[in-house]
Amino acid sequence: MNFMASKQPENSLLGPEADSQRTLYPYVTGTSVVALKYKDGILMAADMGGSYGSTLRYKSVERMKSIGKHSLLGASGEISDFQEILRYLDELILYDNMWDDGNSLGPKEVHNYLTRVMYNRRNKFNPLWNSLVLGGVKNGQKYLGTVSMIGVNFEDNHVATGFGNHLARPILRQEWHENLSYEDGVRLLEKCMRVLLYRDRSAINKLQIAKITEEGTTISRPYSLKTYWEFSAFANPAQGAVGTW
Amino acid sequence: MDLNMNVDAPHSMGTTIIGVTYDGGVVLGADSRTSTGMYVANRASDKITQLTDNVYVCRSGSAADSQIVSDYVRYFLHQHTIQLGQPATVKVAANLIRLLSYNNKNMLQTGLIVGGWDKYEGGKIYGVPLGGTLVEQPFTIGGSGSSYLYGFFDQAWKEGMTKDEAEQLVVKAVSLAIARDGASGGVVRTVIINSEGVTRNFYPGDKLPLWHEELEPQNSLLDILNAPSPEPMNI
Repeated sequence: MNFMASKQPENSLLGPEADSQRTLYPYVTGTSVVALKYKDGILMAADMGGSYGSTLRYKSVERMKSIGKHSLLGASGEISDFQEILRYLDELILYDNMWDDGNSLGPKEVHNYLTRVMYNRRNKFNPLWNSLVLGGVKNGQKYLGTVSMIGVNFEDNHVATGFGNHLARPILRQEWHENLSYEDGVRLLEKCMRVLLYRDRSAINKLQIAKITEEGTTISRPYSLKTYWEFSAFANPAQGAVGTW
Repeated sequence: MDLNMNVDAPHSMGTTIIGVTYDGGVVLGADSRTSTGMYVANRASDKITQLTDNVYVCRSGSAADSQIVSDYVRYFLHQHTIQLGQPATVKVAANLIRLLSYNNKNMLQTGLIVGGWDKYEGGKIYGVPLGGTLVEQPFTIGGSGSSYLYGFFDQAWKEGMTKDEAEQLVVKAVSLAIARDGASGGVVRTVIINSEGVTRNFYPGDKLPLWHEELEPQNSLLDILNAPSPEPMNI
Protein backbone atom coordinates (compact mmCIF):
# COMPACT_ATOMS: atom_id res chain seq x y z
CA MET A 1 0.00 0.00 0.00
CA ASN A 2 1.35 3.34 -0.89
CA PHE A 3 0.20 5.97 1.64
CA MET A 4 2.81 8.60 0.91
CA ALA A 5 2.34 10.33 -2.37
CA SER A 6 5.43 9.70 -4.40
CA LYS A 7 7.79 12.65 -4.74
CA GLN A 8 8.85 11.40 -8.18
CA PRO A 9 8.16 14.06 -10.81
CA GLU A 10 5.78 12.86 -13.47
CA ASN A 11 7.25 15.11 -16.09
CA SER A 12 10.63 13.75 -17.13
CA LEU A 13 11.89 17.30 -17.50
CA LEU A 14 11.61 17.92 -13.75
CA GLY A 15 13.78 15.12 -12.46
CA PRO A 16 17.57 14.71 -12.35
CA GLU A 17 17.48 13.60 -15.98
CA ALA A 18 16.11 16.96 -17.02
CA ASP A 19 19.20 18.66 -18.40
CA SER A 20 20.56 15.88 -20.58
CA GLN A 21 18.97 14.23 -23.55
CA ARG A 22 20.11 11.08 -25.22
CA THR A 23 20.15 10.24 -28.89
CA LEU A 24 18.44 6.90 -28.86
CA TYR A 25 17.97 6.72 -32.57
CA PRO A 26 18.85 8.99 -35.47
CA TYR A 27 16.32 11.12 -37.39
CA VAL A 28 17.93 12.93 -40.30
CA THR A 29 20.84 10.85 -41.56
CA GLY A 30 23.59 11.02 -44.14
CA THR A 31 24.89 7.89 -45.82
CA SER A 32 28.40 6.75 -46.85
CA VAL A 33 31.57 8.83 -46.96
CA VAL A 34 34.51 7.44 -49.00
CA ALA A 35 38.07 8.75 -48.92
CA LEU A 36 41.52 7.82 -50.19
CA LYS A 37 45.11 9.06 -50.09
CA TYR A 38 46.56 10.17 -53.40
CA LYS A 39 49.82 11.71 -54.60
CA ASP A 40 49.25 15.26 -53.29
CA GLY A 41 46.94 14.61 -50.33
CA ILE A 42 43.46 13.25 -49.61
CA LEU A 43 40.36 12.92 -51.80
CA MET A 44 36.98 12.49 -50.14
CA ALA A 45 33.49 12.01 -51.56
CA ALA A 46 30.01 12.12 -50.05
CA ASP A 47 26.55 12.60 -51.48
CA MET A 48 24.34 15.47 -50.39
CA GLY A 49 21.39 13.50 -49.05
CA GLY A 50 19.70 13.89 -45.67
CA SER A 51 17.28 11.01 -45.28
CA TYR A 52 14.38 11.05 -42.84
CA GLY A 53 13.79 7.34 -42.37
CA SER A 54 13.11 6.03 -45.84
CA THR A 55 12.13 9.44 -47.21
CA LEU A 56 14.84 11.27 -49.18
CA ARG A 57 13.97 14.53 -47.50
CA TYR A 58 16.90 16.91 -47.94
CA LYS A 59 19.00 16.92 -51.08
CA SER A 60 21.55 19.68 -50.52
CA VAL A 61 23.22 18.71 -47.25
CA GLU A 62 26.98 19.40 -47.17
CA ARG A 63 28.48 16.48 -45.29
CA MET A 64 32.12 17.48 -45.71
CA LYS A 65 33.63 20.53 -44.05
CA SER A 66 37.08 21.99 -43.83
CA ILE A 67 38.58 22.16 -40.31
CA GLY A 68 41.34 24.65 -39.55
CA LYS A 69 44.07 24.90 -42.18
CA HIS A 70 45.05 21.27 -42.49
CA SER A 71 41.98 19.04 -42.13
CA LEU A 72 38.80 17.91 -43.84
CA LEU A 73 35.96 16.23 -41.97
CA GLY A 74 33.28 14.07 -43.58
CA ALA A 75 30.37 12.64 -41.62
CA SER A 76 27.60 10.09 -41.98
CA GLY A 77 24.80 9.46 -39.51
CA GLU A 78 22.70 12.01 -37.61
CA ILE A 79 23.14 15.45 -39.18
CA SER A 80 22.30 17.39 -36.02
CA ASP A 81 25.11 15.58 -34.17
CA PHE A 82 27.50 16.40 -37.03
CA GLN A 83 26.55 20.08 -36.69
CA GLU A 84 27.26 19.88 -32.96
CA ILE A 85 30.67 18.34 -33.68
CA LEU A 86 31.44 21.23 -36.05
CA ARG A 87 30.69 23.62 -33.18
CA TYR A 88 33.08 21.74 -30.86
CA LEU A 89 35.79 21.84 -33.54
CA ASP A 90 35.18 25.54 -34.14
CA GLU A 91 35.91 26.17 -30.51
CA LEU A 92 38.95 23.90 -30.58
CA ILE A 93 40.45 25.70 -33.59
CA LEU A 94 39.63 29.09 -32.12
CA TYR A 95 41.46 28.37 -28.87
CA ASP A 96 44.35 26.97 -30.87
CA ASN A 97 44.56 30.17 -32.93
CA MET A 98 44.40 32.34 -29.82
CA TRP A 99 47.77 31.00 -28.68
CA ASP A 100 49.09 32.88 -31.71
CA ASP A 101 52.25 30.83 -31.60
CA GLY A 102 52.56 29.87 -35.25
CA ASN A 103 51.54 26.29 -34.52
CA SER A 104 48.27 24.91 -35.81
CA LEU A 105 46.37 21.70 -35.14
CA GLY A 106 47.04 19.07 -37.78
CA PRO A 107 44.77 16.25 -38.92
CA LYS A 108 46.30 13.74 -36.49
CA GLU A 109 45.51 15.99 -33.53
CA VAL A 110 41.97 16.72 -34.71
CA HIS A 111 41.37 13.01 -35.25
CA ASN A 112 42.57 12.24 -31.75
CA TYR A 113 40.30 14.93 -30.28
CA LEU A 114 37.30 13.53 -32.13
CA THR A 115 38.14 10.00 -30.97
CA ARG A 116 38.14 11.13 -27.35
CA VAL A 117 34.85 12.99 -27.77
CA MET A 118 33.12 10.04 -29.46
CA TYR A 119 34.42 7.49 -27.01
CA ASN A 120 33.57 9.48 -23.90
CA ARG A 121 30.02 10.06 -25.16
CA ARG A 122 29.69 6.34 -25.85
CA ASN A 123 30.74 5.60 -22.27
CA LYS A 124 27.91 7.78 -21.02
CA PHE A 125 25.42 5.89 -23.20
CA ASN A 126 24.74 9.13 -25.05
CA PRO A 127 26.59 8.77 -28.35
CA LEU A 128 26.97 11.24 -31.14
CA TRP A 129 25.35 9.15 -33.85
CA ASN A 130 27.98 9.62 -36.53
CA SER A 131 30.76 7.84 -38.38
CA LEU A 132 33.47 10.37 -39.17
CA VAL A 133 36.27 10.52 -41.73
CA LEU A 134 39.12 12.88 -40.99
CA GLY A 135 41.73 13.58 -43.66
CA GLY A 136 44.47 16.13 -44.11
CA VAL A 137 48.06 17.07 -44.94
CA LYS A 138 50.57 18.85 -42.73
CA ASN A 139 54.21 19.41 -43.47
CA GLY A 140 54.02 17.01 -46.39
CA GLN A 141 52.61 14.22 -44.25
CA LYS A 142 49.28 12.82 -45.46
CA TYR A 143 46.80 11.56 -42.85
CA LEU A 144 43.51 9.70 -43.23
CA GLY A 145 41.56 8.30 -40.30
CA THR A 146 38.08 7.36 -39.20
CA VAL A 147 36.07 7.30 -35.91
CA SER A 148 32.75 5.59 -35.33
CA MET A 149 29.94 6.40 -32.89
CA ILE A 150 31.31 3.91 -30.39
CA GLY A 151 34.84 5.27 -30.57
CA VAL A 152 36.43 2.69 -32.88
CA ASN A 153 39.19 4.58 -34.67
CA PHE A 154 41.99 3.80 -37.08
CA GLU A 155 44.01 5.18 -39.99
CA ASP A 156 44.41 3.69 -43.42
CA ASN A 157 45.18 4.51 -47.04
CA HIS A 158 41.48 4.44 -47.83
CA VAL A 159 38.47 4.52 -45.50
CA ALA A 160 34.69 4.57 -45.76
CA THR A 161 31.62 4.72 -43.54
CA GLY A 162 28.39 2.73 -43.54
CA PHE A 163 27.63 1.01 -46.82
CA GLY A 164 30.89 2.29 -48.21
CA ASN A 165 32.64 -0.31 -46.06
CA HIS A 166 30.82 -3.11 -47.83
CA LEU A 167 30.66 -1.78 -51.35
CA ALA A 168 33.51 0.73 -51.80
CA ARG A 169 36.37 -0.72 -49.72
CA PRO A 170 36.59 -3.95 -51.80
CA ILE A 171 36.94 -1.85 -54.96
CA LEU A 172 39.58 0.30 -53.27
CA ARG A 173 41.49 -2.74 -52.04
CA GLN A 174 41.78 -3.93 -55.64
CA GLU A 175 42.47 -0.64 -57.39
CA TRP A 176 44.12 1.75 -54.95
CA HIS A 177 47.85 2.19 -55.18
CA GLU A 178 50.47 4.57 -53.83
CA ASN A 179 50.80 7.91 -55.65
CA LEU A 180 47.50 7.97 -57.50
CA SER A 181 47.14 11.03 -59.69
CA TYR A 182 44.31 13.47 -59.00
CA GLU A 183 42.40 12.28 -62.10
CA ASP A 184 42.77 8.62 -61.22
CA GLY A 185 41.74 9.30 -57.62
CA VAL A 186 38.60 11.15 -58.72
CA ARG A 187 37.70 8.40 -61.19
CA LEU A 188 38.19 5.74 -58.51
CA LEU A 189 35.99 7.61 -56.03
CA GLU A 190 33.33 8.12 -58.73
CA LYS A 191 33.39 4.39 -59.44
CA CYS A 192 32.73 3.74 -55.74
CA MET A 193 30.01 6.38 -55.54
CA ARG A 194 28.24 4.96 -58.60
CA VAL A 195 28.05 1.48 -57.04
CA LEU A 196 26.71 3.06 -53.86
CA LEU A 197 24.10 4.90 -55.92
CA TYR A 198 22.95 1.63 -57.48
CA ARG A 199 22.92 -0.41 -54.30
CA ASP A 200 22.37 1.85 -51.27
CA ARG A 201 18.75 2.77 -50.68
CA SER A 202 19.63 5.99 -48.94
CA ALA A 203 22.02 7.27 -51.62
CA ILE A 204 21.01 10.13 -53.89
CA ASN A 205 22.50 11.21 -57.20
CA LYS A 206 24.09 14.45 -56.13
CA LEU A 207 27.58 14.46 -54.69
CA GLN A 208 30.65 16.51 -53.92
CA ILE A 209 34.30 15.52 -54.09
CA ALA A 210 36.70 17.31 -51.76
CA LYS A 211 40.46 17.55 -52.07
CA ILE A 212 42.93 18.54 -49.40
CA THR A 213 46.60 19.15 -50.10
CA GLU A 214 49.41 21.10 -48.49
CA GLU A 215 48.08 24.17 -50.31
CA GLY A 216 44.57 23.94 -48.88
CA THR A 217 41.06 22.50 -49.26
CA THR A 218 38.70 22.55 -52.22
CA ILE A 219 35.19 21.16 -52.10
CA SER A 220 33.72 20.74 -55.58
CA ARG A 221 30.35 22.10 -56.56
CA PRO A 222 27.48 19.56 -56.39
CA TYR A 223 27.10 17.35 -59.46
CA SER A 224 25.40 14.10 -60.59
CA LEU A 225 26.75 10.90 -62.07
CA LYS A 226 25.54 9.14 -65.19
CA THR A 227 24.12 5.67 -64.56
CA TYR A 228 23.92 2.64 -66.79
CA TRP A 229 20.68 0.75 -67.38
CA GLU A 230 21.12 -0.63 -70.91
CA PHE A 231 21.82 -4.28 -70.09
CA SER A 232 19.51 -6.32 -72.30
CA ALA A 233 18.57 -8.34 -69.23
CA PHE A 234 17.18 -5.18 -67.67
CA ALA A 235 14.93 -4.42 -70.62
CA ASN A 236 13.82 -8.04 -71.00
CA PRO A 237 14.26 -9.83 -67.70
CA ALA A 238 12.23 -12.84 -68.81
CA GLN A 239 14.13 -13.47 -72.04
CA GLY A 240 16.48 -16.23 -70.95
CA ALA A 241 14.38 -17.31 -67.98
CA VAL A 242 10.68 -17.43 -68.66
CA GLY A 243 8.56 -16.79 -65.60
CA THR A 244 11.32 -14.92 -63.79
CA TRP A 245 10.64 -11.97 -61.56
CA MET B 1 27.36 3.08 -38.07
CA ASP B 2 25.37 0.11 -39.27
CA LEU B 3 28.18 -2.37 -39.82
CA ASN B 4 25.82 -5.24 -39.10
CA MET B 5 23.77 -4.72 -42.27
CA ASN B 6 21.03 -7.29 -42.29
CA VAL B 7 21.59 -9.27 -45.46
CA ASP B 8 19.14 -11.81 -44.18
CA ALA B 9 16.26 -9.36 -43.91
CA PRO B 10 13.26 -10.48 -45.92
CA HIS B 11 13.28 -9.23 -49.50
CA SER B 12 10.79 -6.42 -49.65
CA MET B 13 9.79 -4.44 -52.68
CA GLY B 14 9.53 -1.00 -51.07
CA THR B 15 7.98 0.05 -54.32
CA THR B 16 5.79 2.45 -56.14
CA ILE B 17 2.98 0.86 -58.14
CA ILE B 18 0.25 2.53 -60.15
CA GLY B 19 -2.77 1.42 -62.19
CA VAL B 20 -4.69 3.88 -64.36
CA THR B 21 -7.66 3.41 -66.71
CA TYR B 22 -7.95 5.39 -69.93
CA ASP B 23 -10.42 5.53 -72.77
CA GLY B 24 -9.92 2.02 -74.21
CA GLY B 25 -7.76 0.19 -71.69
CA VAL B 26 -5.43 0.40 -68.72
CA VAL B 27 -1.84 1.41 -68.00
CA LEU B 28 0.06 -0.30 -65.18
CA GLY B 29 3.32 1.17 -63.90
CA ALA B 30 6.00 0.30 -61.32
CA ASP B 31 9.56 1.06 -60.24
CA SER B 32 12.19 -1.71 -60.21
CA ARG B 33 13.86 -1.71 -56.78
CA THR B 34 13.86 -4.76 -54.50
CA SER B 35 15.60 -4.25 -51.17
CA THR B 36 16.95 -6.45 -48.38
CA GLY B 37 16.98 -4.01 -45.49
CA MET B 38 18.97 -1.08 -46.85
CA TYR B 39 20.73 -3.04 -49.60
CA VAL B 40 19.27 -2.97 -53.09
CA ALA B 41 19.13 -6.67 -53.92
CA ASN B 42 17.77 -6.15 -57.42
CA ARG B 43 17.85 -2.75 -59.16
CA ALA B 44 15.97 -3.92 -62.24
CA SER B 45 13.15 -6.14 -60.96
CA ASP B 46 9.95 -6.68 -62.88
CA LYS B 47 7.05 -6.00 -60.54
CA ILE B 48 4.34 -6.18 -63.18
CA THR B 49 3.48 -9.84 -63.50
CA GLN B 50 1.29 -11.62 -66.01
CA LEU B 51 -1.74 -13.56 -64.77
CA THR B 52 -3.37 -14.20 -68.15
CA ASP B 53 -2.96 -12.83 -71.69
CA ASN B 54 -5.20 -9.89 -70.81
CA VAL B 55 -4.71 -9.43 -67.03
CA TYR B 56 -1.59 -8.30 -65.19
CA VAL B 57 -0.87 -7.55 -61.54
CA CYS B 58 1.46 -4.97 -59.90
CA ARG B 59 3.12 -6.38 -56.78
CA SER B 60 4.26 -4.54 -53.64
CA GLY B 61 5.28 -5.44 -50.08
CA SER B 62 6.91 -8.77 -49.39
CA ALA B 63 8.48 -10.14 -52.58
CA ALA B 64 7.89 -13.74 -51.50
CA ASP B 65 4.25 -13.22 -50.55
CA SER B 66 3.34 -11.35 -53.73
CA GLN B 67 5.07 -13.96 -55.88
CA ILE B 68 3.31 -16.90 -54.31
CA VAL B 69 -0.10 -15.23 -54.51
CA SER B 70 0.48 -14.41 -58.19
CA ASP B 71 1.56 -17.99 -58.85
CA TYR B 72 -1.59 -19.46 -57.29
CA VAL B 73 -3.90 -17.02 -59.08
CA ARG B 74 -2.19 -17.67 -62.43
CA TYR B 75 -2.68 -21.39 -61.86
CA PHE B 76 -6.37 -21.01 -60.98
CA LEU B 77 -7.02 -18.63 -63.87
CA HIS B 78 -5.40 -21.05 -66.29
CA GLN B 79 -7.81 -23.79 -65.30
CA HIS B 80 -10.72 -21.35 -65.23
CA THR B 81 -9.94 -20.20 -68.80
CA ILE B 82 -9.96 -23.79 -70.05
CA GLN B 83 -13.25 -24.51 -68.34
CA LEU B 84 -14.87 -21.25 -69.43
CA GLY B 85 -13.70 -21.58 -73.05
CA GLN B 86 -12.79 -17.90 -73.32
CA PRO B 87 -10.44 -15.37 -71.69
CA ALA B 88 -11.03 -14.74 -67.98
CA THR B 89 -12.44 -11.36 -66.99
CA VAL B 90 -10.44 -8.84 -64.95
CA LYS B 91 -13.06 -9.03 -62.22
CA VAL B 92 -12.58 -12.78 -61.76
CA ALA B 93 -8.80 -12.38 -61.57
CA ALA B 94 -9.14 -9.60 -59.01
CA ASN B 95 -11.52 -11.63 -56.90
CA LEU B 96 -9.14 -14.60 -56.83
CA ILE B 97 -6.39 -12.26 -55.63
CA ARG B 98 -8.80 -10.99 -52.99
CA LEU B 99 -9.72 -14.49 -51.77
CA LEU B 100 -6.09 -15.40 -51.15
CA SER B 101 -5.24 -12.03 -49.58
CA TYR B 102 -8.28 -11.99 -47.34
CA ASN B 103 -8.26 -15.60 -46.18
CA ASN B 104 -4.57 -15.45 -45.33
CA LYS B 105 -4.53 -11.92 -44.00
CA ASN B 106 -2.66 -12.81 -40.81
CA MET B 107 0.28 -14.23 -42.71
CA LEU B 108 0.56 -12.18 -45.89
CA GLN B 109 2.05 -8.73 -46.28
CA THR B 110 1.45 -7.74 -49.86
CA GLY B 111 -0.55 -5.00 -51.61
CA LEU B 112 -1.56 -5.71 -55.20
CA ILE B 113 -3.06 -3.81 -58.13
CA VAL B 114 -4.88 -5.91 -60.72
CA GLY B 115 -5.39 -4.39 -64.15
CA GLY B 116 -6.52 -5.68 -67.54
CA TRP B 117 -8.97 -5.58 -70.40
CA ASP B 118 -11.89 -7.89 -71.21
CA LYS B 119 -14.67 -7.68 -73.82
CA TYR B 120 -17.49 -7.20 -71.27
CA GLU B 121 -16.22 -4.30 -69.17
CA GLY B 122 -13.25 -2.94 -71.16
CA GLY B 123 -10.26 -1.65 -69.18
CA LYS B 124 -10.55 -2.08 -65.38
CA ILE B 125 -8.30 -1.50 -62.36
CA TYR B 126 -8.83 -3.19 -58.99
CA GLY B 127 -6.86 -2.40 -55.82
CA VAL B 128 -6.29 -5.18 -53.28
CA PRO B 129 -4.46 -3.60 -50.33
CA LEU B 130 -3.32 -5.31 -47.09
CA GLY B 131 -6.20 -7.15 -45.46
CA GLY B 132 -7.82 -8.25 -48.70
CA THR B 133 -10.27 -5.45 -49.44
CA LEU B 134 -11.31 -5.32 -53.10
CA VAL B 135 -11.85 -1.85 -54.55
CA GLU B 136 -12.56 -1.07 -58.18
CA GLN B 137 -11.20 2.37 -59.09
CA PRO B 138 -10.52 4.48 -62.19
CA PHE B 139 -6.95 4.72 -60.93
CA THR B 140 -5.08 3.54 -57.88
CA ILE B 141 -1.61 3.82 -56.33
CA GLY B 142 0.23 1.53 -53.95
CA GLY B 143 3.52 0.72 -52.26
CA SER B 144 5.65 2.85 -49.97
CA GLY B 145 6.32 5.42 -52.71
CA SER B 146 2.62 6.08 -53.18
CA SER B 147 2.56 8.28 -50.05
CA TYR B 148 4.30 10.94 -52.12
CA LEU B 149 1.76 10.77 -54.94
CA TYR B 150 -1.62 11.34 -53.32
CA GLY B 151 -1.42 15.10 -53.76
CA PHE B 152 -0.01 14.73 -57.26
CA PHE B 153 -2.88 12.51 -58.45
CA ASP B 154 -5.51 14.64 -56.76
CA GLN B 155 -4.30 17.42 -58.99
CA ALA B 156 -3.20 15.64 -62.17
CA TRP B 157 -5.73 12.86 -62.71
CA LYS B 158 -8.42 13.54 -65.33
CA GLU B 159 -11.26 11.37 -66.65
CA GLY B 160 -11.09 10.31 -70.32
CA MET B 161 -7.33 10.54 -71.01
CA THR B 162 -5.78 9.07 -74.14
CA LYS B 163 -3.38 6.12 -74.04
CA ASP B 164 -0.32 8.35 -74.36
CA GLU B 165 -1.55 10.86 -71.75
CA ALA B 166 -2.20 8.03 -69.31
CA GLU B 167 1.22 6.48 -69.85
CA GLN B 168 3.01 9.83 -69.49
CA LEU B 169 1.13 10.44 -66.25
CA VAL B 170 2.20 7.05 -64.89
CA VAL B 171 5.86 7.50 -65.87
CA LYS B 172 5.94 11.01 -64.37
CA ALA B 173 4.32 9.78 -61.16
CA VAL B 174 6.65 6.81 -60.63
CA SER B 175 9.60 9.07 -61.39
CA LEU B 176 8.45 11.60 -58.75
CA ALA B 177 8.04 8.85 -56.18
CA ILE B 178 11.50 7.46 -56.95
CA ALA B 179 12.93 10.93 -56.29
CA ARG B 180 11.63 10.92 -52.71
CA ASP B 181 11.14 7.31 -51.62
CA GLY B 182 14.36 5.50 -50.70
CA ALA B 183 12.58 2.20 -51.14
CA SER B 184 11.75 2.92 -54.79
CA GLY B 185 14.24 3.33 -57.59
CA GLY B 186 15.81 2.01 -60.75
CA VAL B 187 13.82 2.00 -63.98
CA VAL B 188 10.14 2.63 -64.70
CA ARG B 189 8.28 -0.22 -66.33
CA THR B 190 4.83 0.19 -67.84
CA VAL B 191 2.36 -2.31 -69.29
CA ILE B 192 -0.48 -1.08 -71.49
CA ILE B 193 -3.44 -3.45 -71.95
CA ASN B 194 -6.31 -2.88 -74.39
CA SER B 195 -8.40 -4.67 -77.02
CA GLU B 196 -5.39 -4.83 -79.33
CA GLY B 197 -3.14 -6.61 -76.84
CA VAL B 198 -0.34 -5.88 -74.42
CA THR B 199 2.61 -3.48 -74.75
CA ARG B 200 5.55 -3.47 -72.34
CA ASN B 201 7.69 -0.33 -72.04
CA PHE B 202 10.97 0.37 -70.30
CA TYR B 203 12.22 3.78 -69.16
CA PRO B 204 15.77 3.53 -67.83
CA GLY B 205 16.82 5.63 -64.83
CA ASP B 206 18.88 8.06 -66.89
CA LYS B 207 15.96 8.86 -69.23
CA LEU B 208 13.58 10.00 -66.49
CA PRO B 209 12.90 13.73 -65.98
CA LEU B 210 14.86 15.65 -63.35
CA TRP B 211 13.00 17.10 -60.40
CA HIS B 212 13.75 19.69 -57.69
CA GLU B 213 17.37 19.74 -56.56
CA GLU B 214 18.35 17.01 -59.03
CA LEU B 215 21.14 17.75 -61.47
CA GLU B 216 21.97 16.74 -65.04
CA PRO B 217 24.16 13.63 -64.90
CA GLN B 218 27.84 13.92 -65.91
CA ASN B 219 30.46 11.36 -66.85
CA SER B 220 32.90 12.72 -64.30
CA LEU B 221 33.87 15.74 -62.20
CA LEU B 222 36.94 15.99 -64.46
CA ASP B 223 34.73 16.89 -67.42
CA ILE B 224 33.15 19.75 -65.50
CA LEU B 225 36.50 21.06 -64.29
CA ASN B 226 37.94 21.03 -67.79
CA ALA B 227 34.93 22.77 -69.30
CA PRO B 228 35.86 26.10 -70.92
CA SER B 229 35.18 29.26 -68.92
CA PRO B 230 32.13 31.25 -70.01
CA GLU B 231 32.76 33.79 -72.76
CA PRO B 232 32.75 37.47 -71.76
CA MET B 233 29.31 39.01 -72.18
CA ASN B 234 28.60 41.34 -75.05
CA ILE B 235 26.69 44.13 -73.39
